[in-house]
Amino acid sequence: MSTEPVMRYTLDITEDISVERRNFTQGIAALAGLTLAPGVFLYCAAEAKPDDQAVSSQQRWGMLVNTNNCQEDCDACVSACNEENGLWSLGRPATDAQWIRKLNVKDRQTGHVTSMPMMCQHCEHPPCVDVCPTGASFRRVDGIVLVNKHTCIGCRYCMMACPYKARSFIHEPLQDQLPHSPRGKGCVESCTLCVHKVDRGDNNTACAEACAKEGHQALLFGDLNDPESEISKRLEQFGGTQIRADLGLNTGVRYQGI
Amino acid sequence: MACSVLLSGAVSGGPEDIPPPKGVYSEDTLCVEPVEVMRRQHFDYILDHRDRTVVEGIRTKQYSLIGCIDCHITPNAQGEYARYSQDTHFCASCHLFTAVNIDCFQCHADRPEEAIRKAQEPDVKAQQSVPELHETLQFSTITFDR
Ligand code: SF4
Ligand code: SF4
Repeated sequence: MSTEPVMRYTLDITEDISVERRNFTQGIAALAGLTLAPGVFLYCAAEAKPDDQAVSSQQRWGMLVNTNNCQEDCDACVSACNEENGLWSLGRPATDAQWIRKLNVKDRQTGHVTSMPMMCQHCEHPPCVDVCPTGASFRRVDGIVLVNKHTCIGCRYCMMACPYKARSFIHEPLQDQLPHSPRGKGCVESCTLCVHKVDRGDNNTACAEACAKEGHQALLFGDLNDPESEISKRLEQFGGTQIRADLGLNTGVRYQGI
Repeated sequence: MACSVLLSGAVSGGPEDIPPPKGVYSEDTLCVEPVEVMRRQHFDYILDHRDRTVVEGIRTKQYSLIGCIDCHITPNAQGEYARYSQDTHFCASCHLFTAVNIDCFQCHADRPEEAIRKAQEPDVKAQQSVPELHETLQFSTITFDR
C-alpha cells in the first residue's frame, strides 16, 4: 500500500517551520530540565523526531513481554492503557473496547500459570491490512499498525482476520474522547502502540510505564531495528517467541517465558 | 458571507456569548492564517494535515485540529467549556448557522484535554446531564434576532 497521503486539494500548504522548530526546541529544553527531586535531573536520552519530519522505516517499534515478570493478579497495563487512551467503559463489558487484555494460561501438567498481556502484535505482514477493502487498516512505515478512522467503513473484516482478536468495534456514540486519541462509532480500533507518545519522543508506552511503576518490569518498548536498543540486545541474548509464529506474520510484540 | 452575518451578532450564541480564542499562534499572527482565509478554507488545511498526521506521523501544530481546539475553545466566565453540541462552541456556532453538518467531533475531542479530564471526574460527571450529540445538533437551537 502506498503511504503517500491522499491529496484532494491543490493547496500550497507551507507550514511555518520556524514556529515549529521553536516549539520543538522549547519542548526539549523543558524535558532536559525536568526535576525529579532537588538536585536530581532526568536527562532524556531518547531523541524526539522533529514534528515536521515523517516517520521512517529506519525504526521498527516493538515490545518485549517477559512473562516471568508478569503477575497473575496485576492489570496495571490494562488500566494504564484505558486511562491513556480515554477508553471509558459504557457499562456493557461485552462490547466495551479492549486494546489490551490479560491472559493467564495454566499448564495442566505442571500447574504453572503463565500470565501475559495480549494486544495488537503489530505484525510486519498484518492480515488486518491484507483484508481491509478501503486501505484504512495500514502499517505505518515504522511498524505501527493503525486504523485510519477517516476511511474505515466499519465492515470489521480486519477483526475477523486478526489471529489475536486484537481489535474492537465501537457500536455506539462516544463522548469525551481525548484529543490525542480520536475514536468513535462505526470504526474499528486497536492498540496504537501509544503512537502519540512515540511521535513525541517518549520512547515508551503507557502500559510499559505502568508495569515498571508496579515494579514488575515485564514490558519493554523499543526499536527492533536499532541493535543498540535495550529491546534488541535482550532479544538477541535471550530470544523472543512470536505467538502463532507459524503464521509467518513477524510480529513486533515478542514474548519470553512461554 | 454567512460568517459576516454571524459576526454581526444576528444569532443567539453569537460572538458575544463565545469566549474569545487565546489568539497566541505566534508573535505576529493571532491565527495560523489570515482570518479571511481561515473562514473559507480551514477545512482544506485540516483535511490535508490529517492525512499527513495519520499516515506519515507528521505532528506539526500549525494546522492540527488539537491546536485549533486548544486555542479557540476557552472557558466562559463560569469556567465552563462549551461542547460541540452547544451553540456557544466556536465551531458549532458557525456550522449551525450555515447548516453545515460535519462529523469531526463524533471522534475528535471538541474541548481541550483539561476540560475533558475534568468532565470525567465522578462528581462532575454525576452533576451534568450531557446532551446527546446529535439530539441537540439541530437548527432549532438557533433563534434569529434581526
Ligand atoms: S495483531 Fe491483529 S490487528 Fe495487530 S497487526 Fe496483527 S493482524 Fe493486525
Ligand atoms: S473495519 Fe475498517 S479497518 Fe477494518 S477492514 Fe473494515 S474498513 Fe478496514
